[in-house]
Amino acid sequence: MPAGATPDHAIWKLAAIGTLAGAFSGLFGVGGGTIIVPLLIFWFGYGERLATGTSLAAIILIGLLGAVAQGGIYGNVHVGTGLLLAIPAIFGVVLGTAIQQRIPQRAVSYLFALLLVAIAVELILS
Amino acid sequence: MSELAAILICLCGGLTGGLVGVGGGVLFVPALTIFIGLTQVEAEATSLLMIVVVALVGTYRQHGYGNVRLREALIIGALSPLGVLLGVVIANNVSERALQLSFAALALFMAAQLVRRARAV
Repeated sequence: MPAGATPDHAIWKLAAIGTLAGAFSGLFGVGGGTIIVPLLIFWFGYGERLATGTSLAAIILIGLLGAVAQGGIYGNVHVGTGLLLAIPAIFGVVLGTAIQQRIPQRAVSYLFALLLVAIAVELILS
Repeated sequence: MSELAAILICLCGGLTGGLVGVGGGVLFVPALTIFIGLTQVEAEATSLLMIVVVALVGTYRQHGYGNVRLREALIIGALSPLGVLLGVVIANNVSERALQLSFAALALFMAAQLVRRARAV
């Protein structure tokens, strides 16, 4: 079922992905994307580009809700520093999405696997 | 000098976000603690702001390329607070080390599945 809209009976799977993404981001401080991208690929047969694009859209909401939910932590945001460092990050994400359109989709899977291994190593060593 | 390092790492964080669809916090947080000198809590909070900005721009670009399912993303995002609550319950009942090792195992398993699947295509 790689193309077309998600049928109603599969919505619980999306709900499960959202719940898991929230749980892991709360527990490990890793963004929800680490969970969302692989599960969209495994459970829905999304291609890598569609999975990563949809993941980014979900992360907007997860990030905003996270900031609201952690009202206490909000006072700890260094807005000036965050916005200044967001500038190179914006250049990065524009470049990254552009590069992604020009490489084979499977290369995205390999890069993602590399990121997962790095996270696993970091967790084991911490 | 350390500001330059922070800028470069944040550039890489955005690049990673665009390439593989994550927020980039995995690089923003260390950049903010090590090179800017924020505390862990301040860095995680500030990183959240940066992640939202990166995700907004990344979504805009990917939407232009036709790679975003907004309805599905909305459902995933809307359910995430439920997961955060679940995470708090789990964290209060399971040792942190056990959680770290479990997630490390899950991450390695998913990495292997992604590689296996990509090779089969």
